[in-house]
Amino acid sequence: MIEVRFHGRGGQGTVVASILMAKAFFQAGYYVQSFPLFGVERRGAPVEAYLRLDKTKILMRTNVYTPDHVVVLDPTLLEGVDITRGLKPGGWILINAPEPPTDLRAFATYKLAHVDATRIAIAHRLGTRTHPIVNTAMMGAFARVLGEPPLETVTEAIREEVPTKPDANMAAAREAYESVVLLGPVAEAASA
Amino acid sequence: MKKVVEGSHAVSEAVRLARVDVISAYPITPQTHIVELLSEYCSDGTLNARFLRVESEHSAMAALIGAASAGVRTFTATSSQGLALMHELLHWAAGARLPIVMAEVNRALAPGWNIWTEQTDSLAQRDTGWIQLYCEDAQEALDTTLQAFRLAETVHLPVMVVLDAFFLSHTYEPVDIPEPEEADRFLPPFQPAFCLDTENPAAFNQLAPPNAYMEMRRSMQDAMESALDVLDAIEDDYERLFGRRYGAVEAVHCDDADIILVTSGTITSTSRLVLRQLREKGEKVGLVKMKAFRPFPFEALRIHTAHAKKLAVIDRNFSFGAGGIFAQEIRSALCNLARRPLVFGYVAGLGGRDVTTDVIEDIYWRTKTSAHPEAESIWIGLHQPAPAA
Repeated sequence: MIEVRFHGRGGQGTVVASILMAKAFFQAGYYVQSFPLFGVERRGAPVEAYLRLDKTKILMRTNVYTPDHVVVLDPTLLEGVDITRGLKPGGWILINAPEPPTDLRAFATYKLAHVDATRIAIAHRLGTRTHPIVNTAMMGAFARVLGEPPLETVTEAIREEVPTKPDANMAAAREAYESVVLLGPVAEAASA
Repeated sequence: MKKVVEGSHAVSEAVRLARVDVISAYPITPQTHIVELLSEYCSDGTLNARFLRVESEHSAMAALIGAASAGVRTFTATSSQGLALMHELLHWAAGARLPIVMAEVNRALAPGWNIWTEQTDSLAQRDTGWIQLYCEDAQEALDTTLQAFRLAETVHLPVMVVLDAFFLSHTYEPVDIPEPEEADRFLPPFQPAFCLDTENPAAFNQLAPPNAYMEMRRSMQDAMESALDVLDAIEDDYERLFGRRYGAVEAVHCDDADIILVTSGTITSTSRLVLRQLREKGEKVGLVKMKAFRPFPFEALRIHTAHAKKLAVIDRNFSFGAGGIFAQEIRSALCNLARRPLVFGYVAGLGGRDVTTDVIEDIYWRTKTSAHPEAESIWIGLHQPAPAA
């Protein structure tokens, strides 16, 4: 079973991203489970959402404590939230950022990828310049990082489920899929 | 067709397929998503039903009592304080023998305010005459809701379909949603045995003096007692059409088990994983899932637990001054048997605290290593108070 934790802020579409990724993985033949952090959501406050994937029916019905990978929709969360909490060594950290973080010490045992989802969202007029909706771009990038599900299943999930600007959201997912930078294991990248 | 949907919406889809005539509800977290989608279906014509917005849960149930008395199919959903506010009318709906179906999303009662899962709200309504069926996942929530209408309309008692907050209600997972024509084959239109009719006037719910009341109550109990056989027959039909059945009680690996975990709701799913891991280690452990709480499945429980040495009952609920509610009822169901397992009652997961695989394993090992229960109720996972300075 693969467990993924999404970090974002209320209003960025974090929960929707985890649900749409569940739908895309389901189309790709996986059993899936997706749920938000069970609580009270507020705009701008840190939120979490979770995704489980498996080749057999998922029986685990508890919170996610030790994710295999994390996705960070908002780089400002790195300052206040321990995004590596429980993350299994060797797991991917996908961050929405134009450049990798300058201080990589906290990420030494993980693999790092980054994508400028904010720029992509603004270019495709998703949300506003001050509050871009980055979730669909992050979905495209995440599909590339994991090597699955196929990009078409991601764009298809967006087409079916996103009520506004489906074409722009699909284009953002495609652009992020192409432009995400896979740095790989942080320890190797740092010593290179 | 299989789709990834939220647990709440699995219930909404079943209500759509049941072609309900009247829905009345008042929003409360974590139930709201169920009636939210239904109100959309009513407004866009997907479902040809009247959606009555009311000022309280008490009024929601009152409206359905009126609608069901007029002979139409009815549905509502609620949680926690909302269910508590309905209490008076829950007795009325059952006593009037109205086949109302309600989804009840288990949520802890306040204060302190808590929106997370706990079964005390629904179990506090155990004496109202409602059938109560507890669900494990979104597929079961859909299937049980659809079956609930047929059950209610056959035995003339209201049915509560109960599901855990968040772990089920807010979790998205694949659900096989029947096509409308298939659902119609399973659930024909409601044909009331009696209803308000201006062409054929009659009086309902009049004074029932001592020489009549007791027989009315006995007839409700007869209906309750028949409900397990009726549910079984309904599940036969359902299985023929859709290939799924659940049972009022489900037993897993109970034949050779020394210790049987007894669970309800989503804790059952996680317990299946623990069971598999313990079995791989050679432990003789079984699992009994309690789906029906009212009527209480005495016979099935006795059969499945007859050979076990110990039962470990996990209660996500509590009756103050007594104990976990499933454990109490299970003890009383077994007490007259000449040979019966010891019943260990564990209280876990109150107010939505997570019941993890570690918690369930801990419960198993405590049960295995104890000759007798150390208390009436053993509370699992309590935070230890800080040592005195």
